[in-house]
Amino acid sequence: MDLGSVLATVVAMPMAAIFDLNHHASYVHWHFIDVSVSNVLVVVAMVVVFVAAILAPFPHGHDREDG
Amino acid sequence: MGGLSLRAHPAGDERYRSWDGAYRFYDIVKEALIALCGVSLLCVLLAVMFSSPDDPPSTIRQWSRVMPIDFLATATAELDGSSATAGYGPPYNHASGGQHLWFIHLQKWLGVSHPVNTRRDFVLAPLRSINGQPALQAALSSYEHASPGRQASWTSAYAKALGRARVTAAGSVALPAGDYGPVGPMMSALLTFAQGGGLDGALLTSRRFYQTDYTKPLLFMADGGLLSSRAQAEHLLGNQWGMMNETGSYPGQVWLWLYTFWYQIKPFSTSPNADIDVMAIMGLLSLGLILVPFLPVVRDLPRWIPIHRLIWREHYRQAVTAAARAPEAPSSTQRAR
Amino acid sequence: MGAGGAERSWTARLRRRAVAALPPEKLLPDRQPAYVASWIYVFGVLSLSSLAVIIASGCILALKGPGWWHFTGVGHFFNSVHLWGVELFFFFMVVHLWGKYWMAAWRGGRARVWVTGAVVFLVAIPCALTGYVSQQNFDSQWISTQAKDAMNAAGIGAFFNLLNFGQMYSYHVLLLPGAVVALVIAHILLVRRHGVVPPFERSRVLAREPSRGSGQRWR
Repeated sequence: MDLGSVLATVVAMPMAAIFDLNHHASYVHWHFIDVSVSNVLVVVAMVVVFVAAILAPFPHGHDREDG
Repeated sequence: MGGLSLRAHPAGDERYRSWDGAYRFYDIVKEALIALCGVSLLCVLLAVMFSSPDDPPSTIRQWSRVMPIDFLATATAELDGSSATAGYGPPYNHASGGQHLWFIHLQKWLGVSHPVNTRRDFVLAPLRSINGQPALQAALSSYEHASPGRQASWTSAYAKALGRARVTAAGSVALPAGDYGPVGPMMSALLTFAQGGGLDGALLTSRRFYQTDYTKPLLFMADGGLLSSRAQAEHLLGNQWGMMNETGSYPGQVWLWLYTFWYQIKPFSTSPNADIDVMAIMGLLSLGLILVPFLPVVRDLPRWIPIHRLIWREHYRQAVTAAARAPEAPSSTQRAR
Repeated sequence: MGAGGAERSWTARLRRRAVAALPPEKLLPDRQPAYVASWIYVFGVLSLSSLAVIIASGCILALKGPGWWHFTGVGHFFNSVHLWGVELFFFFMVVHLWGKYWMAAWRGGRARVWVTGAVVFLVAIPCALTGYVSQQNFDSQWISTQAKDAMNAAGIGAFFNLLNFGQMYSYHVLLLPGAVVALVIAHILLVRRHGVVPPFERSRVLAREPSRGSGQRWR
């Protein structure tokens, strides 16, 4: 087995995805709202990340200089 | 002053033009490189974990084999001008004026720029291109020389009969006996041509050899039921919020939520002008997004709902501490120019 | 060149204006206002990094042509990187937009920063759309045949044909990314020029003013 075929195998391996998302999605139904669980997770993640970014403590250096 | 103001805030906002307070050391290049490495790693991780969808495209060959009756019904509608594309209007033909918003008829005003004659392009021309079948060519001539009324009676009878047709073991379609004129042999030949793969190529390269324009084969397929049945199974239809979705369980185009939202509610869900209505609303809202700094109330909400107090809490805490230590300092915590 | 020559020189005048607007210490600063101390501030550079990943993976896909990724594992991998780069780009950009809105970051003559940022977001949407219809799979077939109705209704379909793969691919790999990159550069240069918006000013100081029950007034 030469280096080229080894490399091709290694790089091609990830394409058998670890989590196969090629199956039918689940949906969240509420009145006329009908959104996939994946999309709901993305929106929830955005809100969580936004709130976390605002609330999380930011490291303070001791390198402040007053103008 | 806080509160509602209907005029611009140039005087009020001028004090924020520059900052003469404290600074801290900052390495912009290091920050950019760390962010780039982090995001690259995250993308690679997501690609390895989840890959990406790639559902193979449908072809006319598949459509005619899997749903032959639907294929024939669509081809008949293209021939007699009753299909969605045949009656679409600009930019494909003049069959209708298209959608409009009050007196604004943009679809009509921009004209027919991609002419499609469904009868000629999807049925007659492909059949004419088939060699070595004199009976078929004779049927075509017979159809083309008949009066419009006679043509309509043949296609109407054929379309009705398709409702009682059955698919044979060989994949062809058997209809009950009736007066279909030359339409019967024409449609049989078209079905055979499509099932052999010839119609895909004929519709794509009808004008020239090199071609990247899939308008004709896509319009023809979209008039039928194969694409929509696949889409329905994948939850991609308009009334399924499909604009936001992706095939499989992949996250889709979440940023299109407001575009697709309008299509789900009345009056847009039942309006023949839904597309132009939604485009107009989204155009206005997009303009509103761009012009936020100039819109009263919208530009004042950040003052009234003080999320900024959380963002700048450390700054405000230090300012209070500094002011407490210097009782003679000016009441303003920030000198501004 | 004499002083008279320098005054006539477009090059010299352009250089002076550019350096006056963006001196090196503003273009590549090594300090920033002390109030820039929140994680919300990193979402701009995260959006920019996502865009860089999209462009880099897009270049690799363009090198091998539009059909490559359907037939090889490596190609599919780079397509996946490209897709997740787009998801992250919109994710970070929207969080960045939320942060900048609640900071009213257009204050102090920074309206153009907001405007260019909003236009980037709005141009990125058709850029993504042209990508989706260039995939040459079922997704492209469905998205193009559906979205064409919105384009046609607005008259845009007369010169922007979603069913024309060649046209859509051209828009996707050159014209629209070019527009996005040009707008992002303008946006970033405006931020460098005007600086990060200062916090809202407090009208009274806690230590000096008695509380009026509703707490501090904020401007």
